[in-house]
Amino acid sequence: MNKSLIGLVSAVALLATPAVAAEKIKIGFVTTITTPAGAMGRDMVDGAKIALSHINGQMGGKEVEFIVEDDGFKPEIGKQKSDKLVKQDKVHFITGFIWSHVLLASRKSALANDTFMISANAGPSPVAGKLCHKNFFSSSWQNDQNPMATGEVMNKDGIKKAYIMAPNYAAGKNMVAGVERTFKGEVVGKDMTKWGKDMQLDFSAELAKAKAAGAQAIVVFYPGPAGPAFIKQFQQAGLAGSMKLYTMFTVDALALARLQKANLSGVLGSYNTMFWAPDLDNATNKKFVADFKAKTGRYPTHYAAQSYDAIMLIKSGADAVNGDMSNKDGIRAGMKKANFASVRGKFRYGNNHFPIQDFHLRQVKKDANGDWFVSYVSTVTKDHQDTYASKCKM
Amino acid sequence: MDMTLLAAQLINGLQLGILLFLLASGLSLIFGIMDFVNLAHGSLYMVGAFFCATLTQWTGNFIWGVILALPATAVVGLLVELIVVRKLYQRDHLDHVLATFGLILVFDTATQMIWGPDGIVVPLPAWLDGRVILFSDIVLPTYRIAIISVGLVVALGLFLIVTQTRLGMRIRAGASNRDMIGALGVDINLLFTLVFAMGAVLAGLAGMMIAPITEASVGMGNGIIIVTFVVIVIGGIGSIKGAFAAAMIVGLIDTMGRSYLDSLFKLFMSDQNAETSAPAISAMLVYILMAAILAIRPQGLFPPKGR
Repeated sequence: MNKSLIGLVSAVALLATPAVAAEKIKIGFVTTITTPAGAMGRDMVDGAKIALSHINGQMGGKEVEFIVEDDGFKPEIGKQKSDKLVKQDKVHFITGFIWSHVLLASRKSALANDTFMISANAGPSPVAGKLCHKNFFSSSWQNDQNPMATGEVMNKDGIKKAYIMAPNYAAGKNMVAGVERTFKGEVVGKDMTKWGKDMQLDFSAELAKAKAAGAQAIVVFYPGPAGPAFIKQFQQAGLAGSMKLYTMFTVDALALARLQKANLSGVLGSYNTMFWAPDLDNATNKKFVADFKAKTGRYPTHYAAQSYDAIMLIKSGADAVNGDMSNKDGIRAGMKKANFASVRGKFRYGNNHFPIQDFHLRQVKKDANGDWFVSYVSTVTKDHQDTYASKCKM
Repeated sequence: MDMTLLAAQLINGLQLGILLFLLASGLSLIFGIMDFVNLAHGSLYMVGAFFCATLTQWTGNFIWGVILALPATAVVGLLVELIVVRKLYQRDHLDHVLATFGLILVFDTATQMIWGPDGIVVPLPAWLDGRVILFSDIVLPTYRIAIISVGLVVALGLFLIVTQTRLGMRIRAGASNRDMIGALGVDINLLFTLVFAMGAVLAGLAGMMIAPITEASVGMGNGIIIVTFVVIVIGGIGSIKGAFAAAMIVGLIDTMGRSYLDSLFKLFMSDQNAETSAPAISAMLVYILMAAILAIRPQGLFPPKGR
């Protein structure tokens, strides 16, 4: 009698748990809060919180619970945290993910448990190609897309010989491949430098090689803390006069704030490419940038912009099913339409759930208050789709 | 081979070696004399960098930043010794490792709370930010030459202190036989405190020297401390001479590996394989060297006498 009573009680408890959990829409957010890359994670969380405030913390008529976890810049920690969010917190959506290697390590935790995964930054090639998944979406880009636009800009500028530098991890390899795919000149040398918590920050050896190789231009991908370090050493080495500098995901609001504080004005006037700019002309973006600046006192980076879009993308899915989280097909169909006001303007999703979108040339300028920011110049590629989409069988 | 490039890389390697020497000399003395494993030595490197960055922004001049940050770092070193480290000398190495690992976490978190997760870029005065031209075609950043000069002056100063002064005699004696100098009536506590503070200042100085090249950032010491341990193992624990030689060797090997390994690999493997494997192997080179030294000469290249 007693035993069966206990059995009955626990069965009821088991049944009751999902019902309680379903009352809120739960979003897990995995990003880097500690280590020198912590500023990027802070920007992403701030961007997501601006989005949540714009929608009053509601999606599909339900309240949103937002849980942030720190990946410590390590794939194995990112996977643990993803497991925790999916299995313990039972989140409906998991998003964030600055780093490609963290995303690749974490994707199974989410996708094997039928949880939606939205990358708000990383876009490694396997996820866009062979490993594409019905429940995976990107609110950013595939890694190769932006460097392909950079390659086009270099062609236009008449660059014949270029030197490439990037960190030695999944995204770094994609960036190099992206530039090489569109750049028509000769790549006279490339270096893949050590990456992670103890990343290489002294590039003297590589810069000396680039100079000796006789490159007209150097194209680099150094996100986060490595960006300002590279820009500074490039100037210290006296290469700014003889070599053109092209950067990808390197000169952003975080780097510029630091460079401005130290008054390293060599970066003013430099160009880079991106799918978005803080002064991109659309109503959603104006509101986002103004509110972000009012709340944090900083310019948002693309990390913040993508996180804002990730929340809005999730909302579009949840709204499509009126908050019924059991209707996975409905949520998926809703998100696939990209039917929300994005900070980048209109875009659509390809078969692999990566955006088909425009990429723009941006230049570092001073705003009315004398603050440095990256300003929209012109559009380089229109409706660009990544090259891995054809390998995705969806 | 391109001689200009080779010369530039030699200078880059020396500069990295000098930085490692500043870190390793302090760590080696602390390990050698006090038999204390200080994982948090890298935190003092970070503290030095942040002090220097803040003071540079306050005073508007990097040189003043360094001059004021040195005593400030010494004070932090003294406090760490008096509050935490002093209680640990009698414990075994595992306790040292646990306690100083805790210190790393405390320092990293405190730094993040005080200065925020952004790093601080340290600007250089114009006369240090330029370039020097050697032998008509080798162009080097002035600041790197300055680092090498500062490091050599410090190395000479340390050498004179250790070989020519009474304090140095006690330090050498302490490295050779700790119990004996205690038994002979030397105030071992005072000696330990001095050595620890000196190590802190040297580590801080290394942080200040690197800050204008990279930047002051949270956790910046945690990567370099591992290489520093490699240096003191290769050089011989407790030996300044060993720390100097090993730091130069490690600095040069690391820089040369990054510069030439991929072209070397391209001689006998495909370009693509060379490009992927060279960075991985060059990151391993110094550890391979350490393993070889441990196998052939486990006491290190220049161990202190009497061990």
